[in-house]
Amino acid sequence: MPLTRRQFAALAGASLLTSHAMAQDVTQDWEAVAQAARGQTVYWHAWGGDPKINDFIAFIGDQAQARYGVTLKHVKLADTADAVARVLAERDAGQITGGAVDLIWINGDNFAAMKAQGLLHGPFAERLPNWPLVDILGKPATVTDFTLPTEGYESPWAMAQLVFEYDSARLPTPPADLAGLKAFILANPGRFTYPQPPDYLGVTFLKQVMYGVMADPAILQSPSDPAAYDAAIAPLWAFLDDIHPSLWRSAKAFPANEPALGQLLADAEIDIAFAFNPGRASAEIAAGTLPDTVRTFVLDGGTLGNASFVAIPFNAAHRAGALVIADLILDPAVQAHAQDPAVLGFQTVLNLAALTPDDRARFDALSLGVATLPPAELGPALLEPHASWVTRIAEDWVARYGTAQ
Amino acid sequence: MTPGKVATGTGTAGTGTAGGRLLRLMPGLTLWLLAVPVLAGFAGTLAPAFGFDPLSGTGPGLAAFTTLAQWPGLRAAAWLSVTSGVGSTLLALLISLGVVATLIGRPGFATVQRLLSPLLSVPHAAAALGLAFLIAPSGWTARALSPWATGWMQPPDLLILNDPAGLALTLGLVAKETPFLLLMILAALPQTDARQRMTVAASLGYGRLAGFALTVLPALYAQLRLPVYAVLAYAMTAVEMAMILGPTLPPSLSVQVVTWATEPNLAHRGTAAAAALLQVVLVVGVLGLWRMGEMGVRRLVRHAARSGWRAARVDATLQPVLLGLALTPALALAAGLAGLSVWSVAGLWSFPDAWPEDLTLATWTRAAPGLWQASITSLTLALTATLAALVLALACLEAEHRFGLNPQAWVLWLLYLPLIVPQVAFLPGLQMLALSTGAIGGWAAVAAVHGVFVLPYVFLSVSAPYRAWDDRIAVQGAALGASAARVFWRLRLPMLLTPVLTAAAVGMAVSVGQYLPTLLIGGGRVETLTTEAVALSSGGNRRVIGAYALLQMALPAIAFGIALALPRLIYAKRRGMGVV
Repeated sequence: MPLTRRQFAALAGASLLTSHAMAQDVTQDWEAVAQAARGQTVYWHAWGGDPKINDFIAFIGDQAQARYGVTLKHVKLADTADAVARVLAERDAGQITGGAVDLIWINGDNFAAMKAQGLLHGPFAERLPNWPLVDILGKPATVTDFTLPTEGYESPWAMAQLVFEYDSARLPTPPADLAGLKAFILANPGRFTYPQPPDYLGVTFLKQVMYGVMADPAILQSPSDPAAYDAAIAPLWAFLDDIHPSLWRSAKAFPANEPALGQLLADAEIDIAFAFNPGRASAEIAAGTLPDTVRTFVLDGGTLGNASFVAIPFNAAHRAGALVIADLILDPAVQAHAQDPAVLGFQTVLNLAALTPDDRARFDALSLGVATLPPAELGPALLEPHASWVTRIAEDWVARYGTAQ
Repeated sequence: MTPGKVATGTGTAGTGTAGGRLLRLMPGLTLWLLAVPVLAGFAGTLAPAFGFDPLSGTGPGLAAFTTLAQWPGLRAAAWLSVTSGVGSTLLALLISLGVVATLIGRPGFATVQRLLSPLLSVPHAAAALGLAFLIAPSGWTARALSPWATGWMQPPDLLILNDPAGLALTLGLVAKETPFLLLMILAALPQTDARQRMTVAASLGYGRLAGFALTVLPALYAQLRLPVYAVLAYAMTAVEMAMILGPTLPPSLSVQVVTWATEPNLAHRGTAAAAALLQVVLVVGVLGLWRMGEMGVRRLVRHAARSGWRAARVDATLQPVLLGLALTPALALAAGLAGLSVWSVAGLWSFPDAWPEDLTLATWTRAAPGLWQASITSLTLALTATLAALVLALACLEAEHRFGLNPQAWVLWLLYLPLIVPQVAFLPGLQMLALSTGAIGGWAAVAAVHGVFVLPYVFLSVSAPYRAWDDRIAVQGAALGASAARVFWRLRLPMLLTPVLTAAAVGMAVSVGQYLPTLLIGGGRVETLTTEAVALSSGGNRRVIGAYALLQMALPAIAFGIALALPRLIYAKRRGMGVV
C-alpha cells in the first residue's frame, strides 16, 4: 500500500532524527573510544624496509602521543605475511582477546585472505570521524581493494598508481604506450625487466600488459571464464615471448621485488623501472639516492591504481588505540605531511574539495617534487582485475617461465 | 681401546652426593627440554604437509605432495641445494685443513687466528650482499675498472650474480663456512697432539701436507665430524645467501619453501611444509653419502700411510695454491664488507664512479639512536640462551663421562632437527605450542626458543673436544686425591677453555642472528638488533644494510675475540696449553 503524505512525512522526519542521533552516537562513541585509548600502547605491524616510511610512522606516533596520549610502537616486518601468520596462529590456538597485533598495514591478497578467514575486526572505517573527508567517489580504490569491497574492514591511507621511472640523462624520450615500450625493449636489449612473479609488482606488470594487449580489457573485471581463458590470455604470452630474449639478463634471472628493481635503476643496470608510488622518484632524489635527472612517465590509456590500507585484527589487544591511529592517519595535516616529497611523496586519499580552506592550503603549498607528474598528467587509474585472473596468470607465468632452459 | 681413553666408573659411582644425583638427571632433563619444542616444531611441519591444516581446504591426504611434484622447478631446485651444499662444504673443508696444515707452528698461524673473529661475525645476509656488490656487473670491481680499463659507461648484461649453476652462491657459502671450520679446528687441535705428530712425520721424511693428512687428520676429523655435518646442513638449507646470490629460475629449495610459506593467500602452506620435508630427506640423504665418503677417504689414508708415500715435493706447489684458495674468500668477504661500509656513509654513488660523489652521516644518525635498547635486548637474550645451553651441554657431557652413559643415535637426530628443518616450516608448530601454553610475547619465551636453536650448535662445538680430552689426566688427579667434581672444575674445564669459549661465542652469534623466532614467538614485543636489521634490509637499501651490518657484527665479534684471545692470555706461560 503506498504511503500517505502524513506517513511519509513522519517517516522522513524519523529517519532524519535517527541519522542525527546516529551521528551524535558516532561522536559520543568516538569520545568513548578516545577515552579508552588514552594511555594505550598500539603495536602497528608494518613493513619496515624503507627508512622514510619508518620515520613517517614515528611522526604519527608523536602526533598520537601529543593529541590522544596513545603510544605507537612500530613493529618492523620484512613481510606482511609474518603478521598474518601471527594472527592466524593466535586464532588457531584459541586466543580471541589480547592479540599481539593491533594494526596491520595491508592490502590486496593479504586483506582478501584475512577477510576470508574472519581474522579482521570491523566494520570500523566508516565510523571514523575523518571518514567523510575520504574521496570515495573520485578514488574508488579507497573502498574496493583488488575488486573486493572493503566494507569498512580496512581504512585507506595512501593512494598508489603505477608509474614508470627513467633517467632522462640516458633516455631523453621515454616510450608513450605499451607498443612503444616493446619497441624500446627490442631496440635496447638488457635495459628493462620486471620483478619475478608471483611478486606483487611483477604480477602488476603482467596486468598492465594485459590491459594493453587484450582485445576487450573489460572482461578482466568479471571472474575469468575457464573455457575462454586460454584464448583471452594468449596475447599476454605472445608479448612476453617476444620481449623475454631482450630483457635484462635475457630473462634468465629476475629481480626479486620492488626495492630490487629500484636498485637496478639506481645502479644503471636498467633504463626503465616502475613503482607504485608516483612520488618515490622525487623522494629518492631528495634523499640523495637517485640522480636528479630521474623522471617518471605513464602509459597512454592509464596505469593500474590501488590504495594502501590499515586493518585491525579481530583479537587486537588495544582496539581503541588502533582506531585512534587509523583516524589520525586520515587527518589532513598528517596526509599533507605524507604527500610532501621531502618526506614520502605518498598521494593522499582525501577529497581536497571537502577540506577546510586552511587544510586545502597545506596541500596547495606542497611542491610536487622534481620527478612527480601532476595529478592531471597521471592519467586514468585502471581498476585491478578480478582475483581469479590474477591467481591464474601468476601460476601460469611460473609454469611457463619459472625454470630457465 | 684407543690410547687416552680410560674406562671410567660404573653407572652408579659418584651418585653419592646431591650434586652427583643432580648430574645423573641432566641428560634426561636436557632431552626433555629439547624434545618438547623440537617435536612440536616438527609436528607443525608434518601437519600441513599431510593436509591436517584448517586452511588447506582439501583435508588429510597427499595433495600437498602432488602439488610439489607438479612444480616444474623441483628437480633443478633440489639439485642446486645438493650441489651448492656439498661443493661449498668440501671446498671449505679442504681450504681450512690446508691452511692449518700449511701454517701450523709457523708465525702466520697467529695472524689467522686474529683475522677469524671479524670474519665470523659478519651476518649471513650482509656477507651475501657485500659479495653481491663486489661481483655484480654494476658492482665495485666493475666500477673500479670502468670506464678506463673496460670502456663501460653502463654495466654489461652479464649473468654473474644469480647464475643458474649456483657458482656465486657456492662462493658466498665457502666464504662464510671456511672461518667457521677453521674455528672448530682450532678448538679441536689441542686434543690431537698436533705438534708432536707433525714432528714425528717430518722426522720420517714426510712432507708437511702429507704428514698432516696422515697423522693429525684422523684424530682431528673425529672431533670435526659434527661441525662438518652442521655446515653441510646449513649450506643446503641457507635462505638469505640463496636469495641474494643464488639463481632465481628456479631458486633453491629452501628459498622456494619461504616463498610458498609467505604467500599472501595462504594457499601453499601445505606445499611449503611438503617441500620442507623433502628438504629434510635430502639433507639426511646427503649426510649419509658424506658418511660413506668419509669411509672411502679413511681407507685411502690408511693405504697411503702403509704405502710409504712421502709426498715431500708436493708441498712446494700445493701450499701456495691452498693459501691462495684460502685468501680468496677471506678477501672477498672483507672487500664486500668494506663496500657496505662505504655505502653506509655514501651520498649519491652512480655507475661508473669508483667512489661516492659525496659522503654523509645521515644513515648513521638515523640508525643509531633507538638501537641502544635493541642491542641490550640482543645481548641479554644471547647471554641467557648461551649460558643455559652451555650449562646443559657440559652437564650432559660430564654425566656421560662419569656414569658411562652412551647417547643413542636418536638423541643426535633430535639435536640436529632444528638445524635441518627450514625455520619457516619449523616455527609455526613451535608458535602453536607457545600460544597454547600461554608462554608467549615475553622475553623469557624468546630466550627459551633461542635456546632451542643455540643448544645444538653449542653441543656440537664442545662435545667432540670434551670427549677427546685425555682421561689419563683425570686418573692422575684421582690418584692425587681429587674428587670427580674437583677434577671437572680444576682440570677438565680449564684445559678445555678454548672449546668452551668457542662454543659460547658460536652460541651467542647464533642467538644474535635469530630473526623469525624472535618475531614470531615475541609477537613483535621483543625488539632485537636483528629484527630491526632484517626488516630494514628487506627494502634493499644498501646504505642502511651497510650500517646495520657493522652494528650487528659488534656483539659476535667481541664474543669471538674473547674466545680466541683469552685462552692465549691466561695460558701464556704454559707451553702445553698453546694451540701451537
